[in-house]
Amino acid sequence: VCFIPGGLDCSISFVSHVLGKGCVHGRQKEILSVLIPCLTDLTKSDCIWQRICWRLVERVPDRWMEAVVLGFVQRAPGADVLSRLLGNLVVKNKKAQFVVTQKLLLLQFSHTTAVLQNLLGYLSLDGLRRALLIKVLQELLETWASSSAVKHSPPEQQQYISKAILICLSHLNEPEIESCRQEILTNMMEGVKCHLDSSLPQIRRLGMIVAESISLKINSDGPVLKFQYEEDDETRALKSLLVQTPPFCVVPSLPDDDRNEKADAALPSVLESNKKACTAAPVMPDEESDAELDSDDDLIPYDMSEDKELKTKAPVYIRDCIEVLMGSDDVDKWEATIKALESLVRKNPAATREVSVELAKILLHLEEKTCVEGFVELRQRAQVAVLTTDPIPVAKYLTSQFYSLNYSLCQRMDILDILVLAAQELSCPKSHGKTRHSGAQKPCTQLLPGSDSSKDWRRIVDERIKSKTRRFATGKSHVELASGPNEFSSVAGHFFFPLIQHFDRPLTTFDLLGEDHFVLGRLVHTLAILMYLAVNTVAVTAMGKALLEFVWALRFHTDSYVRQGLLSCISSVLLSIPAEHLLEDMTEELLETQSWLGGKM
Amino acid sequence: MALPPPDPEFVLRGTSAAIHTLHFSCGGQEPDVPVLFSGSENGFIHVWNLKTHRVDTALDGHGRKSVYCVETMGGKDRLLSQGRDQRICLWDLAEGRTSVTDSVFTENVGFCRCSLLKVAQGRWLMAMAAKALEEVQVLELPSKTSVCTLKPEVGAKLGMPMCLKLWQLHCGSQPLLLAGYEDGSVVLWNLSTAKALSQLVCHQEPVMSLDFDSEKAKGISGSSEKVLSIWSLNEQQNLQVCKTHKLVNAGIADITIRPDKKILATGGWDHRIRIFGWKKMKPLAVLDYHTASVHCVSFSDHKNPTERLLAAGSKDHRISIWSIYTQT
Repeated sequence: VCFIPGGLDCSISFVSHVLGKGCVHGRQKEILSVLIPCLTDLTKSDCIWQRICWRLVERVPDRWMEAVVLGFVQRAPGADVLSRLLGNLVVKNKKAQFVVTQKLLLLQFSHTTAVLQNLLGYLSLDGLRRALLIKVLQELLETWASSSAVKHSPPEQQQYISKAILICLSHLNEPEIESCRQEILTNMMEGVKCHLDSSLPQIRRLGMIVAESISLKINSDGPVLKFQYEEDDETRALKSLLVQTPPFCVVPSLPDDDRNEKADAALPSVLESNKKACTAAPVMPDEESDAELDSDDDLIPYDMSEDKELKTKAPVYIRDCIEVLMGSDDVDKWEATIKALESLVRKNPAATREVSVELAKILLHLEEKTCVEGFVELRQRAQVAVLTTDPIPVAKYLTSQFYSLNYSLCQRMDILDILVLAAQELSCPKSHGKTRHSGAQKPCTQLLPGSDSSKDWRRIVDERIKSKTRRFATGKSHVELASGPNEFSSVAGHFFFPLIQHFDRPLTTFDLLGEDHFVLGRLVHTLAILMYLAVNTVAVTAMGKALLEFVWALRFHTDSYVRQGLLSCISSVLLSIPAEHLLEDMTEELLETQSWLGGKM
Repeated sequence: MALPPPDPEFVLRGTSAAIHTLHFSCGGQEPDVPVLFSGSENGFIHVWNLKTHRVDTALDGHGRKSVYCVETMGGKDRLLSQGRDQRICLWDLAEGRTSVTDSVFTENVGFCRCSLLKVAQGRWLMAMAAKALEEVQVLELPSKTSVCTLKPEVGAKLGMPMCLKLWQLHCGSQPLLLAGYEDGSVVLWNLSTAKALSQLVCHQEPVMSLDFDSEKAKGISGSSEKVLSIWSLNEQQNLQVCKTHKLVNAGIADITIRPDKKILATGGWDHRIRIFGWKKMKPLAVLDYHTASVHCVSFSDHKNPTERLLAAGSKDHRISIWSIYTQT
């Protein structure tokens, strides 16, 4: 395509029309993949070509402008190239401005980070356009800070907006930020609040990162906001957006020679250093071998594998443990007790049953005294052990404490976690031989005395049979799964019903239906799990009925985490309760739920 | 496949108190019986017959106050003992006697064991912690005349002397003293000038025990932390740290190097005795017999190498006797 400068107005308009029509009909890829590289090359140093390009895009009719601009933004290899190609299109053309500043940023969110970089970089590269950049930043921040947006927009969109904010911040310089500092600050405070209130950890983290970055930019010399969150690839990628790397000019022809030279220069130096390393290495072994020849080495060491650190002994009795945990000042003993507690509880079920509620109380209130590794996990495992050893009284205690005054949210959620873990343990058959209930091994065999002898005779008889019979073919061997009674069935009701009882009664420090909707969400999920684990138990129908009523009361809750929990509750109900019971006893509730779900979707 | 550590040859029981110090005297000719002296917390010094494994004599000379140092002065008939009654007693044990011939009143209430060095026939130097907090006094025995008093300079803040070792390069050369102090430093003193030749901070905690090999000019010290420090003396009489060895459990009560300078033994607060090769501090064995802190370790001075023994006295009232690495 070779144009002669001068008198080319009409031709350009025609080309613009063709371009626009082609783009709008979905042929962006084909046209622009040829056009843009050409234009990139041509406009690199030639002003006339730049103006031709600008005229080209300006003349595209409004109705096709969006498609063309979108295509350009997506395909341009960098912000500077985009700037060369589009010129001040956004300033001159209203439609283009709308597309670039509103549509691409606020209404769509499927574009890649590279596209965002292009777009915002393009806005920052010219004085006229920078005013737009500031406006864009303010609008993005308003959206970011609006609580309804945080609650109702999908996480992908929120991430997109956060990325856009970070890139904008990276492009703005000091005076520009100073001019709108106050609004940025207000928006940041509001936005942080909305984000931290959310139940989804991803949203919380996004809010934290953006707020930190904003505070870094606007308070560069004063104290900055610092949040604690786990660093991973995502956060690092987000934070890297704050730093602008200079655009690389990939010019293919020239530096090949340079690069080759540099490579050649690099090689000999590498060889040299290798040589030095080699000459250094042989010197070492000589010295060492001299030392080796001493006669000291005919003393053969003994086995020292038993040489370990000396540990303080943990108490062996449960009541001793209680004493140590309640009042002892000896930190070593306290640590040893914490570590040993779970296994002690499991080994002495009878002793634990005597003091179970007391132990549960102590563990619930136990705070970390010294820096024990995995303290939270150790405490939780001990609590689960206590609960599984003596389910009914301890469950009663824990569920009553869930609704009591003066517990922290963390403690209440701990209670829920413990109930779930214990329920899981109780409902799985005990497949190991450690705690063998007398005689309840296999309900079909007779009660045999002594555990080991029973296995032995079986083995002897099997071997005798094997040696005396001739087998023609052995069928498929199937492993007999270990079976045991489901211990959760007798206590499921005790776990479940007290938790549902008081959810609508607010206390001074704990309001499930109000501020503490995070705990409500966790409660709902816990109920769903308990319902699921209660499959095949006797109480399951009553539980199902109560749960469906509970779900019905909460079905319009504003928090999405709670609503997710409600849906999983319904799934558990449908999975656990046998079909006959569902249809017989709970027809009205089922119909109501069905209509609700149908209307919802 | 390394062998499991050996068991004790035999165990001496009967002191009914924690043992704080041990000393062998086995160099005598037949029909002299090899003997082990032990000092206990109840103030008794027991003389153990190593053939019958029984107590031959029990000496009571410190008013039931703990005896924390026992040394022989040329043979098993002359004994020196130091106790918490602030006295150092000299005993005459020849021909079945058990009498205190002389005593030195040290006026020191600490736990620092005295150190003996034979400088000439019938003449010994003894270094002991003196009355004043940071001072070490050197006496000549048996005349009990003071040779010098070693005072650290003002503001040195060394604390109490914790362990002492008198040594000389060979008979006739100048005797020197190595002292380990409460602040973790080891100081080399010149006795004739009463001046410190070199000071080396080798530990963060008090130096509990030290021993020195005058042939290699290398020494080792242990403290209440998890590290053993090995240091050496160069030509300019300066101490410098050669290396440190990290232990599994903290706390060393006693260190001793075998007279043939091949191995050394440490007794620890974690109830274990550790054997190392002296040349390169190679860990050789961990002897785990005692049920309470080991307070003292001592090698025997048998003329026949295969009969050599190691004794360890502990807070659990037992003395364990080991025969280890006797082939070299």
